[in-house]
Amino acid sequence: MFFKSVLAGATMLASAVFGATAASALTVGFSQIGSESGWRAAETTVTKQEAERRGIDLKFADAQQKQENQIKALRSFIAQGVDAILLAPVVETGWESVLEEAKDAEIPVILLDRTVSASDDLYLTAVTSDLVHEGRVAGQWLVENVGDRACNIVELQGTTGSSPAIARKKGFEEAIAGHDNLKIIRSQTGDFTRTKGKEVMESFLKAENGGANICALYAHNDDMALGAIQAIKEAGLKPGEDILVVSIDAVPDIFKALDAGEANATVELTPNMAGPAFDALEAYLNDGVVPPKWIQTESKLYTQADDPMKVYEEKKNLGY
Amino acid sequence: MKSRHLPLMATILIFILAYVLCYMQFPAMLSTRVIGNLLTDNAFLGITAVGMTFVILSGGIDLSVGSVIAFTSIFVAVLLAGTGLHPLAVFALALAITTLFGAAMGAVIHYLEMPPFIVTLAGMFLARGMAFVLSIDSIPVVHPFYDTLQSLYWRMPGGGRLTLIGGLMLLVFILGVLAAHRTRFGANVYALGGGAATARLMGVALGRTTIGIYALSGFLAGLSGIVFSLYTTAGYSLSAVGVELDAIAAVVIGGTLLTGGSGFVAGTFIGVLIMGLIQTYIIFDGTLSSWWTKIVIGVLLFVFILLQKGILWLSHKRATTLEHAHGS
Repeated sequence: MFFKSVLAGATMLASAVFGATAASALTVGFSQIGSESGWRAAETTVTKQEAERRGIDLKFADAQQKQENQIKALRSFIAQGVDAILLAPVVETGWESVLEEAKDAEIPVILLDRTVSASDDLYLTAVTSDLVHEGRVAGQWLVENVGDRACNIVELQGTTGSSPAIARKKGFEEAIAGHDNLKIIRSQTGDFTRTKGKEVMESFLKAENGGANICALYAHNDDMALGAIQAIKEAGLKPGEDILVVSIDAVPDIFKALDAGEANATVELTPNMAGPAFDALEAYLNDGVVPPKWIQTESKLYTQADDPMKVYEEKKNLGY
Repeated sequence: MKSRHLPLMATILIFILAYVLCYMQFPAMLSTRVIGNLLTDNAFLGITAVGMTFVILSGGIDLSVGSVIAFTSIFVAVLLAGTGLHPLAVFALALAITTLFGAAMGAVIHYLEMPPFIVTLAGMFLARGMAFVLSIDSIPVVHPFYDTLQSLYWRMPGGGRLTLIGGLMLLVFILGVLAAHRTRFGANVYALGGGAATARLMGVALGRTTIGIYALSGFLAGLSGIVFSLYTTAGYSLSAVGVELDAIAAVVIGGTLLTGGSGFVAGTFIGVLIMGLIQTYIIFDGTLSSWWTKIVIGVLLFVFILLQKGILWLSHKRATTLEHAHGS
């Protein structure tokens, strides 16, 4: 019996003994929220790739959506004496004491894609995208491509009240403000999902004379846009021509739609938050350059002209 | 060595062995920081596991503790944000509510003769629902008293911290051991776990003991919720999901018989440490999926159930041989 128990205890150790990582210049702990969405899974993959490319030994801890697991992971990283910590916090509150411990141990902490409510001297910097800016980029694309003709826009919003939905709506409205030929005629939530996006688009089409009054669709994420494209096709119209389609996120599937001419543009929410984070970290540790408290990631615009299939091939294995 | 000590010895042996293996791969595992972390990070689990030990010793189960922890943490946060009450008053109020909540479940179990599983399952949904009614957002706790409590720690040589909540867990375990082995209540709990009919014959007040056990579990879950709120300085209704199962696992890995009547509070302490050690190891390694924690705990649970079965079988066999010896 004892032998059996010992065996059980040893199983967890066995795999790691063989997979032990080689010693390298930097050891960085990464506490990730979980893998609840395709984008987050891609972020994890890209972070691992970026670390490998730079020869950084990355300690990865998946918190399974629990803050207590993230705090435990941070404390273990500190105990282990890592050189730096990346943290994608699951909630904004409750990080003060563990961040103070990291500060005491002189381990810099960099926040990824979300921020915390704690005082900003407790972390080195935060790398996030600007959600309002994403909406603005999408709006600008439409302004530039519609020209002077009148254009009625329908909008598929994200989950009501969620911060991306509010910010992406705001940014888009800012961009089209002052262009009186562009007008949002209908705006409803599609809950960030493909099925809801399709349903709501169907109702838009019915309400607007079978779609004849609609010139463009703005969706707060690609999934809703992909659902809406289906609805437009079923209504007998050509998405991308009869109705322009612009959305945000740049998930792999939207590139297939871009390639087929069914979508027109997407704004990337890059899963590569770790790249800029590692850049800032290396500059800080090697040359003592203190980064700004906020590093904004690029919100890149992709259109049909950007060789969509090539991008699709690059993205399809990231775990989206 | 008595056979009822065997599971406890197995637990201690596994813990020492696992620690040695961890240490061989990562020498930093044997630092005061890791030891301090084990106590601090598992404080809320440990405190509620003490209550769970009494419940399981009596042959019952309490599925409500995770939700009660979440309820307490959000209750404290909402009250501190919305009223001028001192945290100590809020703590007392929270503990009174959770203790009554536990006592009520105990009363239903005893007087309506309902299985604890169903009653505490209802309690679990009720407490979680109440937490959501209070707030669906995560509410930060900002209070100078919290800062004071958090600054109370003993800095061990090597940089590790023995925090207030870690120390509180140790204290609860010590009191738990004393209550189980040195008090009338503890003796009654063991007797109840051995069988209600026998316990009644021994003169145990079944109703009072049952209500007392679930009230204690509710109290400790409330205390654990307060510790959780100190740990994260926030209240969140989605926190501590599944902690009841972790607590049950810690109790069983600690060598307590799931059917009741046999086990030790001290074993539960080692059970909690083993679970914390697995998590620490996986984070130190940094390449393993964190779901390995669940797999290893699953394997350990299975081993312990087999071990318990084996011991029961052995003692049964010994009893029959003795009978035969007397007969001839």
